[in-house]
Amino acid sequence: MSGTPIMLEVRDLRVQYRSRQAASQPAAFAVDGVSFSIDAGESVGLVGESGSGKSSIARSLLRLVPATGSVRFEQRELLSLRGSGLRAMRERMQVVFQDPLGALDPRMNVAELVAEPLREFRPAMREQHARQVLAMLARVGLGSEVLARFPHQLSGGQAQRVGLARALMLHPRLLICDEPVAALDVSIRSQIANLLRDMRAELGLALLFIAHDLPTVRYLCDRILVMFRGRLVEQASREALFGAPQHPYTRALLAANPVPDPARRPASPVPAAAAGGSAMTASAVKGGCPYRDRCPLAFARCAEEAPVIRQVGASLVSCHRAGE
Amino acid sequence: MRCVTRSIPATSLAMTDAREPLLQLRSLGVTYHRDARVLRAVDGVDLELRERECLGVVGESGSGKSQLLLALLGLSAPGAQLRGSIRYRGEELLGAPRARLEAIRGRRIAIVFQDPLSALNPFLTIGTQLTEAARRALQLGRREALARAAELLSTVQIDAPAQRLRCYPHELSGGMRQRVLIAMALMCEPEILLLDEPTTALDVTVQAQVLDLLRTLRERSGVATLFVTHDLGALASMADRIAVMYAGRVVELASATALYGAPLHPYAAGLLRSLPRLDLPLPARLPSIPGQPPDLADLPAGCAFAPRCPLVHERCTQRPELRVLPDGRALACHFTGSTSAVDAAWTGT
Repeated sequence: MSGTPIMLEVRDLRVQYRSRQAASQPAAFAVDGVSFSIDAGESVGLVGESGSGKSSIARSLLRLVPATGSVRFEQRELLSLRGSGLRAMRERMQVVFQDPLGALDPRMNVAELVAEPLREFRPAMREQHARQVLAMLARVGLGSEVLARFPHQLSGGQAQRVGLARALMLHPRLLICDEPVAALDVSIRSQIANLLRDMRAELGLALLFIAHDLPTVRYLCDRILVMFRGRLVEQASREALFGAPQHPYTRALLAANPVPDPARRPASPVPAAAAGGSAMTASAVKGGCPYRDRCPLAFARCAEEAPVIRQVGASLVSCHRAGE
Repeated sequence: MRCVTRSIPATSLAMTDAREPLLQLRSLGVTYHRDARVLRAVDGVDLELRERECLGVVGESGSGKSQLLLALLGLSAPGAQLRGSIRYRGEELLGAPRARLEAIRGRRIAIVFQDPLSALNPFLTIGTQLTEAARRALQLGRREALARAAELLSTVQIDAPAQRLRCYPHELSGGMRQRVLIAMALMCEPEILLLDEPTTALDVTVQAQVLDLLRTLRERSGVATLFVTHDLGALASMADRIAVMYAGRVVELASATALYGAPLHPYAAGLLRSLPRLDLPLPARLPSIPGQPPDLADLPAGCAFAPRCPLVHERCTQRPELRVLPDGRALACHFTGSTSAVDAAWTGT
């Protein structure tokens, strides 16, 4: 990684949602002091369960939700950008969402959908748009026969390819993918995963790949961040994370992953995890380690003191007991 | 923790042949008409669910797996035309009077749906919802029904069951709601449990717990289970036999060991190959199946998988029938080579 410039640097990011019903209650942090960076051209995976704050990170980077802390993208502070600065940033950072159909305007056909970023950002070069649209569609594996189709006439895989074509149209440097294959059929998932990998190699894109599907993350990402209840609990290279996971939550995630082999059963984490009761929010476990109520290794110190991120083995991990 | 025992009234035992499969589908067809076109959502499916077994049905969108499940429950959408036969202990369910279907549904055949939040009524407590059907079907009093509900909540490993009965669905986590649905399905001690993607909406750690729970319940009660899913990973640790569906038909039916170890249908083999796995070395490139899932309104003549198949041949314009091979598995493919030949064909693509 030496020599490659840092493209995105996130410091102490916090995202807080206020509940309308319970305005008097202190709001929970969906993202609670997260720091990480992404190098140019690097592919970083962000994993964690639903409600862990993965998508909130994506939305705060895209400036779709208010956040505090600092996000430097290509040397500019992103959280304070406004107007034309924000607009320029959107050219450089694009997103692909989970639900490919929901992300496409149902009233536009494919030609209009893929040309929209060009009409918006390159209005002067209008006569070139049609050619650029066709070239981009070919890149994502679609032919000219889809040009006149509307989103409801596309399969899930085709719609996701259109979403990717739109995102790549302005040649962004960072592509944020929020569960881009989760809603697709199994036989189509690997097509899209391969396409993302090819596009990244071809265009030198950096990727922030958000998913709960660990095998796909392993396939696509150089480095992986593991989130739990709004905090980063582990970050490591692919080899280190899958070879020698350090945080008990990372280990539970890896062990629970089902393997398509009847001879091997996924390990079910301690059932006490389910006994936790009501839907948990980041604020439900106050102080100490956010994972302690589920952790098989928890001891007194875990309730008293929140673990800070430290180096254990080849991982950065926040756990009092890691490395013992 | 008491386990769920099944009680079959002596009369019904006397009337049934012990060798009869619990559930028998013969040439089941579910057809829809759209814009003068005929959509065969389920196209001539023969399947049997035997006592105590777990039969997996795996397929992608358009495979007909969900339509099959709805047909079993008599819940196909208006306009659906059903043909063939669905027998429960020898009794024909297709065209059976509504009252009879209602007596069997819930009481004998229960289902756990995919999305626990939309399957539960947000305005009613867990206790009310758990006991509603059972009070009617089993003629239980309120107190009795609540006691049974509490017992089942502890069977599905929910702590403090008495308090949980007073909770509303939104007060429980996703994993707990799915457990509540499983408990609800077990309230009437069904003989057949239908699972419709029961773990798809759950996080991976919770998914492992729910699968674990379902395995334990099956070991204790022996309830016959039909597990419908697109997730070959989740199915591996549950199913005894697996039917792979494509475009409304069963293309391969085999024991779980045979299917995962040595799939014969090119679609089944392609699907298994394309799964990224944590237990194997990282491949240089993820194998994938080309093309799109089948469009039921526009299927090719002959084998529906032919447009995506690496072994496609002239004869594939003729539809391959599902036939039983010497090793006991059933296959609908003109090519009856070995797994290694199918694998080699995929590697060559």
